Amino acid sequence: MKNSKYLPLMATFVVFVLAYIICISVFPNMLSTRVAGNLLTDNAFLGITAVGMTFVILSGGIDLSVGSVIAFTGVFLSVVLRDTSIHPLVAFAMVLVLTTAFGAAMGGVIFFLDMPPFIVTLAGMFLARGISYLLTTDSVPITHPFYSTLQDIFIRMPGNGRLTLIAIIMLVVFAVGIVLAQRTRFGTYVYALGGNLTSAQLMGVPVAKTTIGIYALSGFLAGLSGIVFSLYTSAGYSLAAVGVELDAIAAVVIGGTLLTGGYGFVAGTFLGICIQGLIQTYIVFDGTLSSWWTKIVIGLLLFGFIALQRGLMWMSERSARNKRHASAAQPSSA
Amino acid sequence: MMAIPTIVRERTPQLVVLAVILALNAIISPGFFSIEIQNGRLYGSLIDVLNRGAPVTLLAIGMTLVIATKGIDLSVGAVMAIVGAVAASLITSGYSLPATLAGALFVGLACGIWNGALVALLDIQPIIATLILMVAGRGIAQLITEGVILTFNDKPELIFVGSGSFLNLPMPVIIWIVLAILAILVVRRSALGLLIEAIGVNRRASTLSGVNSRVILLAVYAVSGLCAAVAGVIAAADIKGADANNAGLWLEMDAILAVVIGGTSLLGGRFSLIGSLMGAMIIQSLNTGILLAGFPPEFNLIIKAAIILIILIVQSPASQTAMANFRANRQTMAIKTESREHAAR
Repeated sequence: MKNSKYLPLMATFVVFVLAYIICISVFPNMLSTRVAGNLLTDNAFLGITAVGMTFVILSGGIDLSVGSVIAFTGVFLSVVLRDTSIHPLVAFAMVLVLTTAFGAAMGGVIFFLDMPPFIVTLAGMFLARGISYLLTTDSVPITHPFYSTLQDIFIRMPGNGRLTLIAIIMLVVFAVGIVLAQRTRFGTYVYALGGNLTSAQLMGVPVAKTTIGIYALSGFLAGLSGIVFSLYTSAGYSLAAVGVELDAIAAVVIGGTLLTGGYGFVAGTFLGICIQGLIQTYIVFDGTLSSWWTKIVIGLLLFGFIALQRGLMWMSERSARNKRHASAAQPSSA
Repeated sequence: MMAIPTIVRERTPQLVVLAVILALNAIISPGFFSIEIQNGRLYGSLIDVLNRGAPVTLLAIGMTLVIATKGIDLSVGAVMAIVGAVAASLITSGYSLPATLAGALFVGLACGIWNGALVALLDIQPIIATLILMVAGRGIAQLITEGVILTFNDKPELIFVGSGSFLNLPMPVIIWIVLAILAILVVRRSALGLLIEAIGVNRRASTLSGVNSRVILLAVYAVSGLCAAVAGVIAAADIKGADANNAGLWLEMDAILAVVIGGTSLLGGRFSLIGSLMGAMIIQSLNTGILLAGFPPEFNLIIKAAIILIILIVQSPASQTAMANFRANRQTMAIKTESREHAAR
């Protein structure tokens, strides 16, 4: 039983290692810290929001609004920094408060109105995108000197690779996420909600607080991801980050988290992000393949992992039934 | 009350909203309701609403049936892109119009059956099952068009599907009206609609009572794929080309919104095709109204978000019980006054 819990995660790990071996055997240059550093930097914003998505999906929900919230964060920062003399750090704090409150509000609607998360966060997606359109429809560059200071921070890895600030932020978020999911009461509540809502309620899990907390966390991380994205692109654009929610969901599923909730690991999501990054890097190295192959391969991987999860569930159901039959056949032995 | 048909009575909120939006549009642009015939085709803002709303209306037909089974089909926008790409590449490589249409519809049907198989046979959650095609679909469409926007300016027969007219009506309008009538007749003049609703209420229970839920689920997703295919052909014919990146982009969300506005519950179990058509028309008249008013089209999203929020509050179980209590109170009050009158007499 213990093994089947870790099997999707192990499958993800095997896929990652195989993919890396294939990449290296075709392009030996990909085995360098420079490529690894770039991979982490390029996917930093996706990784951060995927951590939030992992919690949402673990609880049996979904958050479609994250892409729009990332765009909103970028637009908000660029407009505030252009039109006022507020220091970026203060602006960061402001936008994080806004996005966290936005997520908490969606969590509240989901719990108190008892509506499917899908449609509530769909409204959130429209709202956040609409507000960023209202702020500006242009791509606004961010030229604050503090931004270039932040962009220049990096740790030099052996082999000349650069671990940039935003990559470090992502790694920290993943570390905190793993601790939060595995070692805190909140994490246990999240797993309990995703396992079975009614049992969780009966066991005394504070469902209202946890639901609001989960979506607030996802909103906060989407805001942080938006800050990282604005550092990455040095601009705010209301059409940015379209479809990021799908990439994040894909990373979570490829990472072995069950979409029905209750099973999965934040660490798996990290592997999911790395696999997506590898595919992109391979396509860049190859040069002749078009970028849309990324989408097709991710779709195939999604299907593969979902089919694997189904297969595992069938097997565990069948073994449970066999056990029941066996114990029914020999009632006296017990 | 007897004179009003049930359909009107059941859909009063939608009709009122539609009427209000149309009236607002007429105030904003005085010529809104004027319709004239030019070159053997009706022209006017109202016709334009019917015409521009065709893709969402078509998607909403399939989506209604899918949602009635407690499912959802996220892939319809991507299927539109795939089908547009298939139609464009078939017609530019010299196939005849019937062959092109048959090929395009077949591809849409195949996409729908793929989704249906994942949901019905592999028991995968509908959101996830259709997410696969939503993610991969645009990539597949790009694969077919080889990364360019395939245009077919020199193929009037296919362009006719998008911008031609028949009996003075634009082709897209005729296509969606015919398909809608067909769908309503099939599901409501047979037991099919009831069976679909039964699956939405409780799939296990309906399977146990003899409903072949697998076949019906498969069929429902296949119909959704087919509707998306028709919408895809119209969208491609309208712009005289297949744009794999933008064809049908976010239309799945509009279609879901249309279905929800129409009064079909996302929790499955009951549906109204007429309601969904009204929902699609409401969305389209909003879009047109915002354009006519000179507002930036970006306002659309905020208005849509507000509409979803209102519907959520109205549909939520919490406010439903509040409403039921209110009605029960009124009834007991009425009974009390009645009995008091009796006593007085």
